[in-house]
Amino acid sequence: MRNSALTFGLIVCVLLVGSLTGAGAAELVKYTVKDGAIAQSLTGKKGNPAKGRKAAIHRKKGNCLACHKMPVPEQLFHGNVGPDLAKVGERYSEGELRLRLVNSKAINEDTTMPAFYRTAGLHRVMKQWKGKTILSASEVEDIVAYLVTLR
Amino acid sequence: MTYKSAAAYVVGGLVALGMLASASAPMAEGYENMVGDKKSGYHYSTPATQSIQDDDFNNPSFLWVDQGEQLWSKVDGKAGKSCATCHDAAAKSMKGVGATYPKIDAKSGKLINIEQRINSCRKNNMQAKPWKWESNQLLGMTAFVKLQSRGMPVNVSIDGAAKPYYEKGKNFYNQRRGMLDMSCSGCHVENAGKMVRADLLSNGFSNGFPTYRLKWQKLGSLHRRFRGCNKNIRAQPYKAGSDEYTALELFVTHRSNGLKVESPSVRR
Ligand code: HEC
Ligand code: HEC
Repeated sequence: MRNSALTFGLIVCVLLVGSLTGAGAAELVKYTVKDGAIAQSLTGKKGNPAKGRKAAIHRKKGNCLACHKMPVPEQLFHGNVGPDLAKVGERYSEGELRLRLVNSKAINEDTTMPAFYRTAGLHRVMKQWKGKTILSASEVEDIVAYLVTLR
Repeated sequence: MTYKSAAAYVVGGLVALGMLASASAPMAEGYENMVGDKKSGYHYSTPATQSIQDDDFNNPSFLWVDQGEQLWSKVDGKAGKSCATCHDAAAKSMKGVGATYPKIDAKSGKLINIEQRINSCRKNNMQAKPWKWESNQLLGMTAFVKLQSRGMPVNVSIDGAAKPYYEKGKNFYNQRRGMLDMSCSGCHVENAGKMVRADLLSNGFSNGFPTYRLKWQKLGSLHRRFRGCNKNIRAQPYKAGSDEYTALELFVTHRSNGLKVESPSVRR
């Protein structure tokens, strides 16, 4: 899989369909993938790590514990479908973490990990979720900011 | 405890039942259901859940089984017949039957599962109203029929006219879907044995259905399970009894071939 310089401009048009239900179906922020990373913040701002931690745990948001062990001792039952995220901030740059969250399939086509900021190329999405992303751009940034602290 | 004594005990306090079918092999101590590298969902259950299934007296499914058994000989519909009118004692006529469905219905040439077979008998042979999917009657009768094959190996055929359905089911199984963009195989083949939060992923075999799920507090069909697994990944589910799910059932059940029928099982 090539992961250099893919621009996702067209997605915006696709999104306008199915935006009837309103909330969450906003236009996708454009971003550029370069060298396995998205260097720029999707919101142009730094995320809030404390909010990111909450969104990562929340079952209707990141629900990352479904698949990952994380340094979140107050929560029971961490999944082990993906790697332990305890030191993930040491392994990857902020931009690499952002791409993994936005669309991990750009790195490994076959991964089980959902793309948290993508609406294109999905099959039979439930009506109420059509055209929406799992996480909003600012939630992505909050979680990225949190992951960076995991060292 | 065996089914016979357990059911007698359960039913004793509730309804006076005439005859109890001499049911198939009871679950035995040190129960094992593995063949080659296949392991029944039973082996992914906690000991506490297993023990509810191990003992027919504790297994709440038997409340539905008892209802199915009563309905077996109850005349219904314009033709004035019951199941027993055509099939006599279920212990004999239904032995092994549940292990071979879904299969091609000779009359229509279509793939049908047990629930659909039961309803086609009601409609065509009894001139009675088909039972609703997930109704206590249909669940009870399905469980009662499948129980007659308990302990026998699952043995569905994918030859001849069944083949295209099998291929359709296989495509469904391997296709990513939903907002989470996951396939059945992503969880039940590639990640079986791993934890998704508090759930240990099994191979998703069908040999225990209908199953009493503690989460449902009720007996439930395989198609209900399919709907649940679809909804969990935010995929638009299909209707229970749809052609899509019946084809998927054939694929999943063919994967389960060789495992012992465990219906009615107990799962979390
Ligand atoms: C359904 C399963 C699943 C969910 C949910 C999930 N992940 Fe993952 N994740 C994986 C898998 C599997 C990998 C391994 C990488 C691969 O498959 O290419 C992975 C890899 C990662 C990596 C790279 C780790 C490494 O050491 O290489 C990061 C970072 C990550 N996930 C973060 C997250 C965050 C944050 C969330 C929640 C917002 C999340 N994941 C939700 C399955 C999941
Ligand atoms: C996100 C992960 C996930 C996906 C995707 C998924 N399942 Fe499941 N499934 C589970 C979990 C968790 C359970 C309960 C534990 C177990 O038995 O694996 C389960 C249970 C089952 C069972 C019951 C097994 C038993 O022994 O009682 C069947 C059958 C099943 N799934 C079939 C499917 C099919 C068919 C699909 C695709 C339509 C599918 N699953 C997609 C997570 C998933």
